[in-house]
Amino acid sequence: MSSETALAAEQRARGLTPFLRSQMRNIAPFLTLIFLSAFFAFASPSFATLDNLGNILTQVSVTGIIAVGLTFVILCAEIDLSIASIANVTGIAVAYFTLQESYVNIANIPLPGAVAILLSILLCALLGLVNALGLTLIGIPSFIMTLAMMQIAAGISALLVRGQIAYKVPSLITTLGSGSIGGIPWIVIVAAIMLLGGHLVLTYTRFGRYVYMVGGNREAAEYSGLNVKLILGAVMVISAVCSGIGGMLGVAHFGSAQQNEFDTYLLDSIAAVVVGGTSLFGGRGGIGNTIVGLFVLGVLNNGLDHVNIDSFLKILIRGLILLAALVINVYAQRLREKAAE
Amino acid sequence: MSEGRSPILELQGITKSFGGVEALRGVDFALHPGEIHGLVGENGAGKSTLMKIIAGVHTEFSGHFLIDGAETRFRSTRDAHAAGIAMVHQELSVAPDLTVAENVFLGNQPTNRLGLVQWRRMAREAGEQLSRFGIDVDPMTRLGDLPIGLQQLIEIARVLFSGARIVILDEPTSALSPPEVERLFATLRRLREQGTSIVFISHFIEDILRVSDTVTVFRNGRKVAETASAATSKGALIEAMIGRGGEALEHSYTDDLMLPRPSDSQIVLKVDQLSLSRSLKDISFEARAGEVLGIYGFMGCGQQELSRILFGKLKPDTGALVVEGTPKTFASTAAARRAGVALVPESRRDMLFHQEPVYKNISISILDRISSLLLKPAQERDIAKRQVEQLQIRPPVVGLDLGMLSGGNQQKVALAKWLTYPPKLLVLCEPTRGMDVGAKNDVINIVRDLRTRGLAIIVLSTEPETVLSLADRILVLKRGALVREFKNEPISKDRLLEAA
Repeated sequence: MSSETALAAEQRARGLTPFLRSQMRNIAPFLTLIFLSAFFAFASPSFATLDNLGNILTQVSVTGIIAVGLTFVILCAEIDLSIASIANVTGIAVAYFTLQESYVNIANIPLPGAVAILLSILLCALLGLVNALGLTLIGIPSFIMTLAMMQIAAGISALLVRGQIAYKVPSLITTLGSGSIGGIPWIVIVAAIMLLGGHLVLTYTRFGRYVYMVGGNREAAEYSGLNVKLILGAVMVISAVCSGIGGMLGVAHFGSAQQNEFDTYLLDSIAAVVVGGTSLFGGRGGIGNTIVGLFVLGVLNNGLDHVNIDSFLKILIRGLILLAALVINVYAQRLREKAAE
Repeated sequence: MSEGRSPILELQGITKSFGGVEALRGVDFALHPGEIHGLVGENGAGKSTLMKIIAGVHTEFSGHFLIDGAETRFRSTRDAHAAGIAMVHQELSVAPDLTVAENVFLGNQPTNRLGLVQWRRMAREAGEQLSRFGIDVDPMTRLGDLPIGLQQLIEIARVLFSGARIVILDEPTSALSPPEVERLFATLRRLREQGTSIVFISHFIEDILRVSDTVTVFRNGRKVAETASAATSKGALIEAMIGRGGEALEHSYTDDLMLPRPSDSQIVLKVDQLSLSRSLKDISFEARAGEVLGIYGFMGCGQQELSRILFGKLKPDTGALVVEGTPKTFASTAAARRAGVALVPESRRDMLFHQEPVYKNISISILDRISSLLLKPAQERDIAKRQVEQLQIRPPVVGLDLGMLSGGNQQKVALAKWLTYPPKLLVLCEPTRGMDVGAKNDVINIVRDLRTRGLAIIVLSTEPETVLSLADRILVLKRGALVREFKNEPISKDRLLEAA
């Protein structure tokens, strides 16, 4: 008797509500973004200006480039904690292979620009491959594997710069990192192209489908005869290469290459992906979500600078917003599961 | 032997239903002190439901429940415990990371006045208890390091020595080797002499007949027979379990069915002396094109492991797979798929993407055939639509999330994903379990159709009906070994159960 009434209640609920519930993951971050923008626009006259929009875009570019690869990893229900360290070491490597001014006291190996860039990309791809092998062949959980890689990459960085600061990078990197064309910074264009590329790969290629399927139900992917290990390995390499590119352009953008330069980018990138609504349990979300997440973080960071708040309080506020997003993430997953039942 | 004394436990007219379906109908059951009482019946006959009522798991039922002649109602398993009733469930419920001694004393470790665990005393007492049981292990070993059979014996030992007056054992012998079964039986007999009452549920009728005093047979939620073990036989019990006459709605397979002459078509798969630790021993057989090979056995007989090995999900310890004359060692399921092997596992949850639309579920296994780099969603949908039409999947909407479909239709989707480019060998685990009659028939027809298209098909099932309705040739798997092959001969449910 009671099960019948429950059934009837469920049938009544079918209609618009389940759709909204299932879309909660996409709607909530967007509402957060609108709310934050409206709040800062109201609180500070200097926030809602075209100039400031440019600032926000530039500020989230490096995070955006790194977050492209991380989106692939999180869609597979894995994590990559080595992104910031790999970005750092790749940025340092490209400077290491470039002729520095005489006052920079680094025993480096100057090479032609194209070779320097190629070698640096190889380096980050190689580190990603080590992550991939540890995860798939040995079976180390990605959380632990990439935690080790975070240290390894930081160690290589330390050995390359030995506490010094390098300033020169190949001219192509300098242009892409700090130049602009028609008033638009190149780094914003690169970030946009990479985000678009990531979106196209995830949506329109066979590989992208496999990423979603492996993340959605790894067991089923294996029972469907997919090479799950190959796919997991590939996303780890993609993540490392995106981080590497972010690192090289970041070094040019900041104007220097040194140890611990990218430390904050680990949390920022993870936050951008998760705040955007990509499921930590895999299989749901995408680059579109990551873009919204980037803007939420960008607006928050930028907006807090425009209003008069204790700068130490900002750290706490950022933490609380991240927590709220995580709660929504888990809650949205549960709502979806309920809707599917 | 215990007829003279009054029963320690007595149930009268027990009726229990789950959501309108009656699992037990007016069942009487009595257990005497110092009696080993065997229970037999097919899956779903009501044995486990009755035992769960006795153990306090199910508390809602109608009828009378008497202990020592006094009417009682348990409100929880804790009440049952307090009344001296303990149950060992079919699935292991041990803590593999704790020591043997900790497992034996789980929940009531000996402590000193400060509440600290007395390790030495615990180890000594655990060792004594286990050696009475014929188990000689260091009590400080991690339980998970022991073989499964020994773990199960230790769990049973813990319950038997917990001081319970009534002990219920659900399929205790399925994971045990013959010498371990002997040890268990010796202990049960000793406990009987001390006055403990034991209920023994098993699919292995020989085991029941050897150890029990009384046997009760269940069928369709009713008690259909109760006899002294010495006065009955395996054949008579099987007959009582299955039931003659027009009671069943479906084809009941009680009459002999003639298996066809073995096919001499091409051998698609040859399995040669496959072994996997304690699960499988020296398995050898062949599967031929255009033939359905049935593999029947009880739960835990090694079917699941065998199917996973065929699809590259598990690696055997020894033995070889030969697909169309080429020896193969599958490094992954992807390799098995490329070699032309397909598997539909027994659990649809493991096989399907519930949050994805039907067409993505169907196309996932063939994406590399229909698209190289870029996806072709229109083609995917076309292929899915064709399959949905052919297999009559309801509702016929390929864009619907899979989770919205009924179980039977999900099973059809699980089949559909392999059918656009049919494999050479299709391995089906429990293809019709939990389905209504209509969906069952649909699946049976699909499998028959695939056979005429020349696929080699292996059907593994713990339900005799499934194997009998589909197979041209039947192998019986018992405790990890193939014990009987039926071909070109009459077969019935009795004969199949007799062999298992």
